[in-house]
Amino acid sequence: MENTANASNHALIHDPSTYLIEKEPYYVPVNNEITLFEAAYANHLPLLLKGPTGCGKTRFMEYMAWRLRRPMITVSCHDDLTTSDLVGRYLVKNGETVWVDGPLTRAVRSGGICYLDEIVEARKDTMVVIHPLADDRRIMPIEKLGQLLEAPDSFCLAISYNPGYQSVLKELKQSTRQRFVAIEFDYPKPSLEREIIMHETGLDPAVTDKLLKLAEMTRNLKDNGLEEGASTRLLVHAGKLISKGVEPRAACQGAIALALTDDSDMIAAINELIGALF
Amino acid sequence: MKATEQPYAYATLLERLEELYEVEFTWLKVEQLVQGLVNLDRNTQDFILGWAERLLTTNVYISHEFIIRVVEALDRLERRVIEAWAVHAADTFDQQGLRPALAVIQQVDSFLESAHAHAEGVAFDEIESILSTFVCGLSGRRLKLAQGESVYTDSETLYLPNITAKLVKSKDNFLLCKAQVAFMWAQTRFGSFRVDFATAFADYPDQEQALAAFHALDTLRLEAYMERELPGLWRDMQRIERLRLDEMREEEGVCNTPLHGMWEMCRGVLHTPSSTIEDVLALVPQVLGLPIPQPVYQTRLNPEAVTACMLARMEREKILLRVKLAELVKEHKEETPPDLPLSGEEEEKKEVAPPEFEMREVQEGQGMELVLDDKPIAPPEDVKQLLTSIMLDWGDVPPEFLVPAGDGEYDPSLYQKEEKDIEDVWKGIYHEEGAFLYREWDFARQHYRKNWCVLRELELPPGDPAYVDKVLDKYQGMIKHLRRTFEAMRDENRLLKRQSQGDDVDIDALVEALADSRDGSEMSDKLFQHMHRADRSMAVMFMVDMSGSTKGWINDAEREALVMLCEVLEKLGDSYAIYGFSGIGRKRCEIYRIKAFDDLYNSATKARIAGIIPKDYTRLGVAIRHLTEKLNTVEAKTRLLITLSDGKPEDYFDIYNTQYGIEDTRQALFEARRTGIHPFCITIDQRGKDYLPHMYGHANWVEIDDVKKLPLKVADIYRRLTS
Repeated sequence: MENTANASNHALIHDPSTYLIEKEPYYVPVNNEITLFEAAYANHLPLLLKGPTGCGKTRFMEYMAWRLRRPMITVSCHDDLTTSDLVGRYLVKNGETVWVDGPLTRAVRSGGICYLDEIVEARKDTMVVIHPLADDRRIMPIEKLGQLLEAPDSFCLAISYNPGYQSVLKELKQSTRQRFVAIEFDYPKPSLEREIIMHETGLDPAVTDKLLKLAEMTRNLKDNGLEEGASTRLLVHAGKLISKGVEPRAACQGAIALALTDDSDMIAAINELIGALF
Repeated sequence: MKATEQPYAYATLLERLEELYEVEFTWLKVEQLVQGLVNLDRNTQDFILGWAERLLTTNVYISHEFIIRVVEALDRLERRVIEAWAVHAADTFDQQGLRPALAVIQQVDSFLESAHAHAEGVAFDEIESILSTFVCGLSGRRLKLAQGESVYTDSETLYLPNITAKLVKSKDNFLLCKAQVAFMWAQTRFGSFRVDFATAFADYPDQEQALAAFHALDTLRLEAYMERELPGLWRDMQRIERLRLDEMREEEGVCNTPLHGMWEMCRGVLHTPSSTIEDVLALVPQVLGLPIPQPVYQTRLNPEAVTACMLARMEREKILLRVKLAELVKEHKEETPPDLPLSGEEEEKKEVAPPEFEMREVQEGQGMELVLDDKPIAPPEDVKQLLTSIMLDWGDVPPEFLVPAGDGEYDPSLYQKEEKDIEDVWKGIYHEEGAFLYREWDFARQHYRKNWCVLRELELPPGDPAYVDKVLDKYQGMIKHLRRTFEAMRDENRLLKRQSQGDDVDIDALVEALADSRDGSEMSDKLFQHMHRADRSMAVMFMVDMSGSTKGWINDAEREALVMLCEVLEKLGDSYAIYGFSGIGRKRCEIYRIKAFDDLYNSATKARIAGIIPKDYTRLGVAIRHLTEKLNTVEAKTRLLITLSDGKPEDYFDIYNTQYGIEDTRQALFEARRTGIHPFCITIDQRGKDYLPHMYGHANWVEIDDVKKLPLKVADIYRRLTS
């Protein structure tokens, strides 16, 4: 990319094509999220995906990146993520300083999609860096290079977070959230979730239905000792184990009960639910 | 291997028991006990004497009786059964008094019979947590588990006995409890109680028999649901039923007489997925007079309890739903942006039309959804639960329930369960309803005394509103100094330069290093800089002694110190709470809220600090357990429980004044530490060193001679934890 070349002759350049998704990811639309995403993308509006963990937010992003034929760079946010981690930093190489673009800069330069997963995990001061990109200015200042990158039309910023984990400490600032078009995700309806699990795992309908029932049971436990019920992702994990010949009770205990919690009583109770179903 | 020690001689045993039972005062005879013990081996002697000593702290007569009986029963009882027997006697003493406890000890043979129950039975306490969660996972109304005399449900609470021991093995007994819980859940879930019991059986000459037949038929119907919904559990239920029949056959020689064919016919009818409670009622006459099957997991039907509970609930939930719907309408109006301006006539029409709710079936038979003015809405979780509960009772949601409540229908007494006045608990005979029950550690028994302490959280009457200002005036200089101390601790984000690794290159360091390198010197590797992140995330709970002994200068000093602490903690920005504790006896433990974590440091909080007055005694353990639970609900990386006290644990004319109180406090602190809390004690008791290291550990307490030093000590503790 021209912009990249201008940045520094010594810069380590990552080929944007690395981030292109070649094969269509399996994704079944739940509501009107595809239309909404495409309309927002066409209008250069950033997107906020809200919903419980494992309900298909990341898969949806992969699908949209494939559909729009844009490279997608995903950053899993964590509480040590600094502005430099996103924008880029100087490294010392052979006695000289070399600038390396961060993932956000790479996405802007290549006109791709930058997907910041679990944004609330990142530090609040880091998040401010996305503000000028997320409003109508669509610019990204790189202070250390003295550059002001203007995002091309094809650039898209998307963030995700899980309101279930929202707490006093981890809340999305109003100044951040009010820049985004929000799409709400939830666990798919049972018939759709059934279709997804059968497609992803190759399980027969009877076992799939039992997995769905187990998911409903664990979702009933939300706020009664569990922070979240079993997500579609966990059901797919359990289903894959079963279809590889693991005994269903053992598969569900490993992929669902133990994955959901460390509390021994809660694990025991979920195991009893598994035992009651299989 | 250690050589077997010689048994105690007669004289040694006599002396020890005389001393143990203080025979000069109690007039208890110990010669007979010695006779029994003297021929035993040393290990058994030690075992019996050890338990006799543990029981002695409960009651001298129980301990004495224990030795008499245990020697007789030694051949028949395993040691772990003896231990269970002794603990059971002590528990009985705690709950029912001396006579029933002595009966437990004296009737050793009946205990032997029930020893199985204690060895292989499952206790309610052990299974409550798992099965509560289990039943919560099943769909439908949220059901509670409680201990009761028999196994039945009133449609909201599932009652299980203290011990379930119908089957030989403990794991089967657990399975039985699980099956019973699932069976009672199925009763509420699949409409077993959608029957008017009073009228449905009025015409039967033998109503009891008809009810039993109804219950057995309904069991067949529920079995079919269990088979469909919980096939794994259903397999287990069949297995435990077979086990029970085998056991009965072995014990009583009961032949396996097949049931009358009519039952099979009924089973066929009731196993169809569409069968309802009406079908069950219709079949009752067919099976009257026939022997009635009673599977092991079938629970008792208690129509009186069900009817009473349902009537109250149906009335309450109707108005509660209407109130919630009215709130939903209000929220919905606020969320919906105003439409285009309407003409006068349209405006009038819009205002007149009341909002209309209805329940509509979602596609593909996926249940019902709530619809407001033709648009589906997602109700909040509590409304969803309410709708589910109403549908379980009525079969659907009657249209009159879907009318939002009007003015005057918001009176909480119409739809909330009657709450007891917090003060009522202390009136007349002690009752413990609504109070918090806590266990207490009996170090001599090496077991907890269950539900031993009764604790209430009470409001603290406010004191002089001007008090805090007076203290602030008085200690102006001191507070300034404290603020500086605490401010210094406030850890700001700062840039650390010349680091060996970091977020960015430290250009200054790099330039120097390059110059060094060209100069021929060694290049430093500290070329990076990184932002030090300040994230203290601290929650501190102050537990203030309000016992009678704080009367006078200590109370004044405590209050003044709290004022100063609040001033500086506000500056620091950490979340903090202050609770006072006192009480008299184990049945009247009291916690006073002075500042909860969510409370602001405002005039009301200040008035409560002013209102701290000396009350009764210092039962520390229960206060620590209660405040630990509170502290654990706060999200913070570091949790601190600081006790401000003037002396050791004590209570009114109670065992708590002895080593018992110290050991219970120590145990409560262990429990707190296990949950990740750091407990500290700040005392003004000069004899604190005699017992505080034992309770809190050597490094976790400080003694101060002037309570005004208290905020500085808190700052020290903070520093120790965060640096």
